Amino acid sequence: MVYIISIILVGIGVYGLMTQKNLFKHLISLSIIDTAVNIFIVATGYVNGGKAPIYTKNFPSFAIGRFVDPLPQALVLTAIVIGVGTLAVGASLLVRVKEKHSSIDVENMKGVGE
Amino acid sequence: MRRFYAILVAAGLVYMLFMFLGTIVPYGKADVADRVSAHFLAKDVNSISPTKWVEGDKQVPHSERVYGRKGFEDGSANVVTSIVVNYRSFDTLGEVTVLFASAVGVGLILGGTRRMKYGRKPNFILRVSTGILLPLIILFGIYIFVHGHLTPGGGFPGGTIIAAAVLLLYLSNEEFSLNMIVSKSLEGSMGSLYVIFGLIGLAAGGAFLFNFLPNGVVGSLFSAGVVPLVYMTIGLKVGSELSGVVAEIHEEREG
Amino acid sequence: MSALIWLAGGIMIAAAIFAVEARKILDAVIAMSALSLVSVFLFIAMRAPDVAITEASVGAGLVTAVLLVTLFRMRGGDDK
Repeated sequence: MVYIISIILVGIGVYGLMTQKNLFKHLISLSIIDTAVNIFIVATGYVNGGKAPIYTKNFPSFAIGRFVDPLPQALVLTAIVIGVGTLAVGASLLVRVKEKHSSIDVENMKGVGE
Repeated sequence: MRRFYAILVAAGLVYMLFMFLGTIVPYGKADVADRVSAHFLAKDVNSISPTKWVEGDKQVPHSERVYGRKGFEDGSANVVTSIVVNYRSFDTLGEVTVLFASAVGVGLILGGTRRMKYGRKPNFILRVSTGILLPLIILFGIYIFVHGHLTPGGGFPGGTIIAAAVLLLYLSNEEFSLNMIVSKSLEGSMGSLYVIFGLIGLAAGGAFLFNFLPNGVVGSLFSAGVVPLVYMTIGLKVGSELSGVVAEIHEEREG
Repeated sequence: MSALIWLAGGIMIAAAIFAVEARKILDAVIAMSALSLVSVFLFIAMRAPDVAITEASVGAGLVTAVLLVTLFRMRGGDDK
């Protein structure tokens, strides 16, 4: 069920990458794909009726099959923070593109492809 | 025309991914006992016997591993934390390096000498409430990364919350600019400290980033050995790095 | 729970379509922030509180701020 949502979101992101002419929209589409893939990876580890993988006072014992798979969560946890770093690099490149070519629209850029 | 082809391609991609959906586990049916995570959940990856767990039967491998006892291979109550900074700690070191590289990249691309002005005076509510909220936000960030081995959270969200506090300072004060020397030296010393923890582990236990401190009781604050210390260094490092990114996107060149 | 997940998914898909197709870039950034915020609910529903708290602070907070500040530096960007 969550698989379907994330696949549709990937499709929307690819559609945005193909149709939009504004480079800022490309950045936003890439970010949408990023979120969708993160949701997909976490969804592969979900167990019906599972609990969050934390030992607490109310859930002290280790009854198995009750915790969801913690490994995809650990992978996604770091991937999200890497995502903001790469997005910041992309956004700062766009600032320089705007200064040099006076536009971030691929059809209005000056000094490109002439 | 362009839109039509784009819809065609995107729909084809979605259809292809739906076809591949049959090859992975259905949603909610993942068998944790069958995966490598079974060993992480047992907090014991060094033993080789892959005991199959049966639901209901409660066939627990090796020994009863519960909250409030001691003597585990890794003592943090949060299993995700014990994966991120204990079993896969070398991977996390690489991720922190990638984050450092992206922060350096933003600094190289946008670096300047002058702080960008928004060109308007911040309103009264923002100015006054920043003074009240800022210590609370920073305290919350520190709380999150100190308790990373007990509760959800950890170094990465804690550092991000500290960076959000710096962003609030930038929004509320036109003259404020972050002292880059303090930020960069904190970041560098924390990154070095992470590697030093790894080298001490190599000397003490024979493996890089080995957990060389006693593990303690699962669920208490002083437990899990080196995990809280490493998560504190990660939290301070991520916080100073993302604060540096926030500061650098506010910088302009002269003229 | 299932109906709530479908509702959240519907909101996310609507926000994604709006973010891709919006006329102004500012609207697109806000829609993307909303998408991140609703995805926090999905992470909680999938019992991943660590990921949820990270996504709430990063996706809905810092990414939006970084994009908005760069948009301000570009003086509004180019509206579509």
